[in-house]
Amino acid sequence: MKQFKQEPPSLNLEPPTRIDRQMVQRWMAFFGSQIASFESELTALDSAIGDGDHGVNMRRGLYAVNQALDGTEVPDICGPFRVISTTLLSSVGGASGPLYGTFFLQCSHFAPHKSELSLADFTAAVDGGCRGVMHLGKAAGGDKTMVDTLLAAVSSLRRSASRHLSLQEALETCAKTTLEAARSTIPMVARKGRASYLGERSAGHLDPGALSASLLFESLSCALFPTSFRIAQPTTASTLNPASL
Amino acid sequence: MKKLINSPENVVHEALEGMVAAHADLIKVQFDPTFIMRADAPVKNKVAIISGGGSGHEPMHGGFVGRGMLDAACPGAVFTSPTPDQMQAATKAVDSGKGTLLIVKNYTGDVMNFELAADLVRADGGQVESVIIDDDVAVKDSTWTAGRRGVGATILAEKICGAAAEAGQSLAEVRDLCQKVNAQGRSMGMALTSCTVPHVGKPTFDLPEDEIEFGVGIHGEPGRTRMKLKPADEIVEMLMEPIISDLPYKSGDEVLLFVNGLGGTPQIELYIIYRKALEVAKRAGLKVTRNLVGSYITSLEMAGTSITLLKLDHQLTPLWDAPVLTSALRWGL
Repeated sequence: MKQFKQEPPSLNLEPPTRIDRQMVQRWMAFFGSQIASFESELTALDSAIGDGDHGVNMRRGLYAVNQALDGTEVPDICGPFRVISTTLLSSVGGASGPLYGTFFLQCSHFAPHKSELSLADFTAAVDGGCRGVMHLGKAAGGDKTMVDTLLAAVSSLRRSASRHLSLQEALETCAKTTLEAARSTIPMVARKGRASYLGERSAGHLDPGALSASLLFESLSCALFPTSFRIAQPTTASTLNPASL
Repeated sequence: MKKLINSPENVVHEALEGMVAAHADLIKVQFDPTFIMRADAPVKNKVAIISGGGSGHEPMHGGFVGRGMLDAACPGAVFTSPTPDQMQAATKAVDSGKGTLLIVKNYTGDVMNFELAADLVRADGGQVESVIIDDDVAVKDSTWTAGRRGVGATILAEKICGAAAEAGQSLAEVRDLCQKVNAQGRSMGMALTSCTVPHVGKPTFDLPEDEIEFGVGIHGEPGRTRMKLKPADEIVEMLMEPIISDLPYKSGDEVLLFVNGLGGTPQIELYIIYRKALEVAKRAGLKVTRNLVGSYITSLEMAGTSITLLKLDHQLTPLWDAPVLTSALRWGL
């Protein structure tokens, strides 16, 4: 078996400036636990405008992802992205499986084959992922889908990269921006997915896919920077409705 | 939640174990990735026909696997589309070399998972075509929605394409036929009660005791409108009107009239529906030359019905009449 150089346990308390594969693994562990704590919330949101399976499907998928990543030895950062992609594709089902699967597949295509990603590299990966999701789902911004969150993530990361912000600042800003983007779907009228059958009646509800996608970016920030303020707290679905925002 | 299950996680797996035990002469079941296939597949020199979708709509699709209908069916979790690896594995198992037709209902998840599956099969060198069924007139068909849903016409297409494949037609011919059935079929449904997805544990939507959801989808998607319960005859008039006016059926057209139960409605009520639907069809000058009355596309225990009209002709009628031997539909053998 090929041996990879093992770094000694670091006592360096400097915050990381690059994303490596262990961090991707930690990211998915965090995302999995966030999805689990938000499961009933996602179910409630999805029951209101979809078919109520988003929470349970994502929990099943993230459980499988974390099982698959455990013990995977891959030379570069694209390896775990591919593992995440194929695992989500074969375990989630519904629309979220192909969409999240495509997101990570395109991340692996657009991320450079390095062992670590800089903020600019990561931005390119997320941008590629977002475009893949838009292509497969034939969705654009404003359609009340996860694309609204992903587009916000891309522009936030781009802005941070051009201002040369630190990775920590960039990911914390991205987490906040994406949660706001998810909330911005509340007044929208759905044009894609099951919610679109409701027409005007879909307005007034937070899109569950937009919420789970914002948890994805929040999880990255929390996984890398334990001091990051945990923004999204599991609540009851009613607290995410517009009246209480 | 009051259901005859052991645990929500095992519903699909245990049901498939029971199904294959009951119909071992007709089908085989593979797990991980999961699919149901004809016991004698791959059938030499025959186009393979595969469908699939979320579980909870039984007998669709597994109940239609067998001679004269489907070669394989891929069941997802309850009300959740199957994953691409299932369709990929099923195709590998049943393709005789003459190609595979995927019959897909128009739901966002199903369409995406089948699209990725078709890509995987093509990448492996397989020949595959997909047809998307979207016959539900309850949904406005516009670029602003996911489009019409696939409902009753799905199993009519599965039966008719299955017969054509059995008769040795090519992949392109069977695909065109499937598109024709979709173009000539229209459906509309309504619900008296909601249904409870096992892993959710409570009803998908709330419906007061005296109200009905008109234009409901087979996963409990909201319909066109909600209204007070009316006598069956009035409800049938309201279901038939948008179906007949949507497809310009002409006086004298021969049609197949399919009255479907959604799972919680007894056959006795379906015959009341059929009786009135037949009368409405006749009044519109349609000749009902074939029919199907029963619960074939269900939404778990939802009470309600859907009506499908399919315009028949000299090509479709003999294919509908052709022998079929599946656990849910069998005649002529």
